[in-house]
Amino acid sequence: MKINSPLEAYKFLPATNCGECGEATCMAFAAHLIDRSHKLTDCKPILDAKFKKKYEELDALLAPEIREVEIGVGDKIAKIGGDDVPYRHKLTFFNETQYAYDVTDSMDEKDLVERVKYIQDFKKFYVGNFLTVDMIAVRCTSGDPAKFAAAVKKVVETTDLPIILCSFDPAVLKAGLEVSKDRNPLLYAATKDNWKEVADLVLEYDVPVTLFAPNDLDMLKTLAKTFAEMGTEKLVLDPGTFPTGKQLKQTFTNFIKVRRAGLDGDREIAYPIMAVPLTAWMAHDDPVSASYWETVVASVFTIKYGDIMILHSTEPYAMLPELHIRDTIYTDPRKPVTVDPGMYKVGEPTADSPVLVTTNFALTYYTVESDIASNKIDCFLWAIDTDGIGVEAAVAGGQLTAEKIKKGIEDAGFDLKKDTSHNTVVIPGLAARLQGDVEDATGANVMVGPADSGRIPGWMEKNWPPQKK
Amino acid sequence: MTKKMKLSQLSDMLQDLDVESLEGVTIEGDIELNISGGGGLNPALAYALGNEISQISLHMANIGRMLGFPAEQLFASAFGMAEAPQAGALPTSPKIQELLASKFEVSKVDNWKNPIQEVTLGATSGDGGTRKSTVTIGGENALPYYFDAEMPHRNYVTMDVFDMPIGMAKAVKGNYEDVINDPAEWAKKVVRDFNADMVTIHLISTDPLISDTPAKEAAKVVEDVLQAVDVPIVIGGSGNPEKDPEVLEKAAEVAEGERVLLASASLNLDYERIAKAAMDYGHNVLSWTQLEINAQKELNRKLMKQCNVPRDRIVMDPTTAALGYGLDYAYTNMERIRLAGLMGDDELTFPMSSGTTNAWGAREAWMVSSPLNQDSDWGPREYRGPIWEIVTGLALSLAGNDMFMMMHPTSVQVLKEITQTLYGSIESEEIDITNWVGAEV
Repeated sequence: MKINSPLEAYKFLPATNCGECGEATCMAFAAHLIDRSHKLTDCKPILDAKFKKKYEELDALLAPEIREVEIGVGDKIAKIGGDDVPYRHKLTFFNETQYAYDVTDSMDEKDLVERVKYIQDFKKFYVGNFLTVDMIAVRCTSGDPAKFAAAVKKVVETTDLPIILCSFDPAVLKAGLEVSKDRNPLLYAATKDNWKEVADLVLEYDVPVTLFAPNDLDMLKTLAKTFAEMGTEKLVLDPGTFPTGKQLKQTFTNFIKVRRAGLDGDREIAYPIMAVPLTAWMAHDDPVSASYWETVVASVFTIKYGDIMILHSTEPYAMLPELHIRDTIYTDPRKPVTVDPGMYKVGEPTADSPVLVTTNFALTYYTVESDIASNKIDCFLWAIDTDGIGVEAAVAGGQLTAEKIKKGIEDAGFDLKKDTSHNTVVIPGLAARLQGDVEDATGANVMVGPADSGRIPGWMEKNWPPQKK
Repeated sequence: MTKKMKLSQLSDMLQDLDVESLEGVTIEGDIELNISGGGGLNPALAYALGNEISQISLHMANIGRMLGFPAEQLFASAFGMAEAPQAGALPTSPKIQELLASKFEVSKVDNWKNPIQEVTLGATSGDGGTRKSTVTIGGENALPYYFDAEMPHRNYVTMDVFDMPIGMAKAVKGNYEDVINDPAEWAKKVVRDFNADMVTIHLISTDPLISDTPAKEAAKVVEDVLQAVDVPIVIGGSGNPEKDPEVLEKAAEVAEGERVLLASASLNLDYERIAKAAMDYGHNVLSWTQLEINAQKELNRKLMKQCNVPRDRIVMDPTTAALGYGLDYAYTNMERIRLAGLMGDDELTFPMSSGTTNAWGAREAWMVSSPLNQDSDWGPREYRGPIWEIVTGLALSLAGNDMFMMMHPTSVQVLKEITQTLYGSIESEEIDITNWVGAEV
């Protein structure tokens, strides 16, 4: 983005404050253009012919420094790149790193289909949603175009996920393209040796392509410049992912350099970057070591500028941390992730149902809520306002106190004596030290629940309903 | 006499022939083209000639480029193309026969001018202590592992030891069952077997809600640990804000001259007492705040101005929230703190420590399986736990963290290996990845 203040964007807008975009004023809209929560096309008046010039100028100024590249089609289309800043707190990072897991054309058909389905269906609940992975990379290990085409065809038939076609042989890539061309696959890869033939395919089929120049940034830029000159900017850069030792340090340096140059305005190299943590498998024989090291490399390059990556291990102990570190890096750091404080009814609670206390940190709240709901426990769940801090830290830092709990319950007009038959509050195990204080403050019976809400069902069986005192 | 021919004559000659391209046309020596009345040419011939001439000009432009002339700009301005051709212009784009050579260049960051403060932990006999070696952290002039400036010190790991048996994830506990009742043996084990650079002794039994161990008794444990190992140590209280000042004072006293790190001074307890204990007995102070950059500034300022703690005795702990449990805040908080320090905010130019062990609080690290039946299978927790601690620490190492408090031996080993790899001190066999696509893995 070439501008960073709403005022600069405002100058190009119609300044009619018409409200069609949903904002009260053009200035408010301009602020959202800068933080990228609105698109310029949300402003209907500027689409009018008489504003054409201003529209085009502003559109160019707002364009992200790193180009955005699309892979796949329809609902599953994956966008990569599109970033403007080196640090997420400056704006946020856009377009999560896309994780592609590999299959090969030497695999047994049954195994291939099974693996593709497993990758496609893998999911992990997190903050009200499921985290999933994104793509299938088909590697040609046979060297045979026909075999490759057959494998790609099988993948296309099995899943809607976007695809990466991997080979350095243009004939193999062409065979794969023929059976997947309507899916807008990413070609991997053009190199200094095959670039002419691969460029022909890229231009003929109009698909995105990865440029691969291991540890040679001059060559990487040379390829990018040549492809752009030939008429395509749907480019992804792979500077090579070396999995160990000083080579890995060099890889790290290359990623930093390429992204920095792109953000600094070197258009010739301002494209999304690909990492291939799968190379960890070339350095480790033992699958656990390889998976661990692959996850470590994937984490480094999810944090430092990898926009797309190709991975091999589908062990949950590799995939779960990968999914979470990506979510960590791509969550907008400018917004606290909270739910509104107050009472939530889970299921259909009655006066005999328990009253459970948690915090308004979205992660805590959704975890507790889903654990209770999926076990069909009816209850009143209180999200106490802890400024969006989790239980343990909020107890330590004084954001979760007996007074806060008392106030939280009373503010909603809920009366423990009248509205429940048991006058009991269940506090989280991690807040056990508040038990006495909460008893004093509320005059209610206070029970200490389990430290992890996953254990609430077992705890309920043993402890609910509470014994009459 | 050279016979000359006008273009129009050529056109007339070829008028009735279906000419699509001219072959064997060579232009030698000085090029002099005098084309007039182009509109009167046979269109096919005009196209063919135009094509040849354009090709020539491209070749010439390439030569120009090799000589360093910005030919593109000339073309752009000559043809009124302000920007590169759009994808829509693709069919008319030139077919390129040679790679367009380009040099990659990038500048170093120019506003990281303020080095991070160096802090030394531990004291050898020469400095009035009994440690065999010391650990120095800080000193960075750039973000960790960045090419902008050499990183003077690697990351260090201090492993946790508790003064009483505590609840631990199964994968962690298995490593400590033999020493769980003996903090000194526990400390020995982490140094001898697990390669800990330092040891953190947590005096949690002093919490009035746990065992309320008197401060004096707790201090005895500190003496035992100092006897048992010769690496620098960190002394942690129980986290009880009323009791900790007293406990840390006593501990500081028995550890006099060892330059330990007292954990922690925070805004919600009497930090002055802790700072004073550190100054009286020659120790460092861990300045602990909760995920809030301004609170961190405030506490550091108070330690420096109000308690007269010298700059080289402060380490910050801006709080570690685990992977999937707020690491997004922890990561950004640390990154902002480190960047602010590098850019000259002298209330934030201190090295940082992370309670990476917090990762074991994440259910993904220890729970047998997901409590949610919609989740995919989580797989064996023996492998899940350590990687949770590793990725939590690794992320923070990239944000600028210098020192890690950790628990699991595998996590310690892998985190050390990756951070030292990025630091540049790990030699390993070179791997040829040029044909990774076809690799059998």
